[in-house]
Amino acid sequence: MLDTVLKGKQGYWGWLIFLLAIMGVGLGCYLYQFQEGLRITGMSRDVSWGFYIAQFTYLVGVAASGVMVVLPYYLHDYKAFGRITILGEFLAIAAVTMCILFIFVDLGNPVRIMNVLLYPTPNSILFWDMIVLNGYLLLNLFIGWNVLSAERKGTHYPSWVKVLIYISIPWAFSIHTVTAFLYAGLPGRHYWLSAILAARFLASAFCSGPALLLLLCLIVRKVSKFDPGKEQIRTLGGIIAYAMLLNVFFFILELFTAFYSQIPGHMHSFQFLFSGLEGHGRLAPWMWTAAGFAFVAVLLLVIPATRRKEDTLAIACVSVIIATWIDKGLGLVIGGFTPNPFGRVTDYWPTTPEILITLGVWATGFFILTVLYKMAVSIKEEVGA
Amino acid sequence: MGIDRRAFLKIAGLSTILGLGGKAAFDILAPGELEASTNAASPGAGKRWAMAIDARLVDDKVISEATSACHRHHNVPDLDSAKEEIKWIWEEDYEHSFPGHQHEFVSDDIKHAKFLLLCNHCSNPPCCRVCPTKATWQRADGIVMMDPHRCIGCRFCMAACPFGARSFNWGDPRRVTRVPELVAKNQGFPYNKDYPTRAKGVVEKCTFCVDLLEKGEQPLCMTAANKVKKGSFTFGDLSDPESPIRSLLRKRYSLRRKFELGTNPNVFYLI
Repeated sequence: MLDTVLKGKQGYWGWLIFLLAIMGVGLGCYLYQFQEGLRITGMSRDVSWGFYIAQFTYLVGVAASGVMVVLPYYLHDYKAFGRITILGEFLAIAAVTMCILFIFVDLGNPVRIMNVLLYPTPNSILFWDMIVLNGYLLLNLFIGWNVLSAERKGTHYPSWVKVLIYISIPWAFSIHTVTAFLYAGLPGRHYWLSAILAARFLASAFCSGPALLLLLCLIVRKVSKFDPGKEQIRTLGGIIAYAMLLNVFFFILELFTAFYSQIPGHMHSFQFLFSGLEGHGRLAPWMWTAAGFAFVAVLLLVIPATRRKEDTLAIACVSVIIATWIDKGLGLVIGGFTPNPFGRVTDYWPTTPEILITLGVWATGFFILTVLYKMAVSIKEEVGA
Repeated sequence: MGIDRRAFLKIAGLSTILGLGGKAAFDILAPGELEASTNAASPGAGKRWAMAIDARLVDDKVISEATSACHRHHNVPDLDSAKEEIKWIWEEDYEHSFPGHQHEFVSDDIKHAKFLLLCNHCSNPPCCRVCPTKATWQRADGIVMMDPHRCIGCRFCMAACPFGARSFNWGDPRRVTRVPELVAKNQGFPYNKDYPTRAKGVVEKCTFCVDLLEKGEQPLCMTAANKVKKGSFTFGDLSDPESPIRSLLRKRYSLRRKFELGTNPNVFYLI
């Protein structure tokens, strides 16, 4: 099947070379970080996780969202999604790979990463996160590859693949639940210490991931002869609408608990994020931008006319991605560390090398995604689906 | 009859290889030694080390002596950067030592009191719970240890510690001997040739001077502080009802930082 990725038009190669260039810059910056240590980032003893872990958290959501096309097809026999399950699975592979890379670039001592396996520690949530993420990667690799190669040969995939598919459904929920548990079980970090965090993570995953998938479907339709289908896109729109509403609802629940109870520790992070604390308000414009985009997204998704029209639906999807990315890829981690254990505020902002390494990892993910999608789409064109 | 020397050595050698001779050999050659070294696997079992710091006696001199005794013994570099700061014991005011406790009418002596903060060696330490490699763990006597040779630098322990007691080597700590602006602030680094310096990318923190406790000595911050103000620091075993720290805690009112989180801190502040 890899033969299909070696034949492509100029645009395909140009895009891959563009991604390779960004990956190269990212790698160069990473070598600099490897040499100098994480001091080249904006992180500090107070905000000891930053942009990398935030991207990781966001992308676990994107990875988990593949289940939103797999579940209706296999559990509810919703036939239409059979056309695009492979796109969901391949998106998951690219996203999990980025997750693992983001964890790796965040380690102070990456050469010792195997210590996690050499000294397995079941009481650490990070140990379980390693298991569920790698497991999810393998599941999607096996499932995606086998289903696609069977489709190419015009046969049915082997029955053991079906078992893996059924396992992969709860597994998708587990990766984001375990990732939420990384945060939600830490004493003294009020912004994270919330029973609804895992549910909130899943809701934001199931709107942001399908939103990205929907945009990818529109791109696939534009650049290839394979059409993911009108009905498929419309159903995805409905899923995104429900998940985004849940996401916003869960966030409002957090606001209610914090501000009606008036417990200072519960309010501080929100105050810091949305209006600034002790004169530190750098994130406020970002958080209000997220709120604005969330509002636009909800509006466009709830009104049937705008949800069903593909161009307004695409705008809604872009809004969902921006809103959820700021919420999870910026606010969640920085807000959780602020104020610090002494009640003080330390500013954090990613440095240029940190941003370039981040872009390098994103480019690596999109490189993998492009190659996998090229394979899937070529085979779909070949069998004339 | 019997066995010759050669045969004896063969049997003795073989049985040693098979691990049969080990215990017997120890019993004969050094009675009691083996007992001691197997107990070393859980050193300090039955003890619960704790520290009490008298806020009334802590002044600038106590702070500077205690801090520098600790930081020089453990080769803690001065990186001249709040962002990268490494500290095992440090000064903090009342408001920020006990956030949420302060109110506008608090007495002047408490409001202006200075506190020395360090790792609380919690009895229920969240840092040990989250570490994915057992690089940080709790000894039987409650001391929370840190192995900088196993740490992968994920900093999960720093997120889990509600006391901000952990420092990360964001860069190479030994650069204080190379970078011109830092050399002047770190004359003589490493100060203690017998204590290893750390590498970049690992977490570190106070160890209650476990290396000295094992020699029957006391933590350095305490020794230094008590030289300035006798009785400002008390260190001892909470499991012993007759220990000085227990009788002190019976007599004086004490505070612990964020006790409500259930980590059970073992550093007490006498008010």
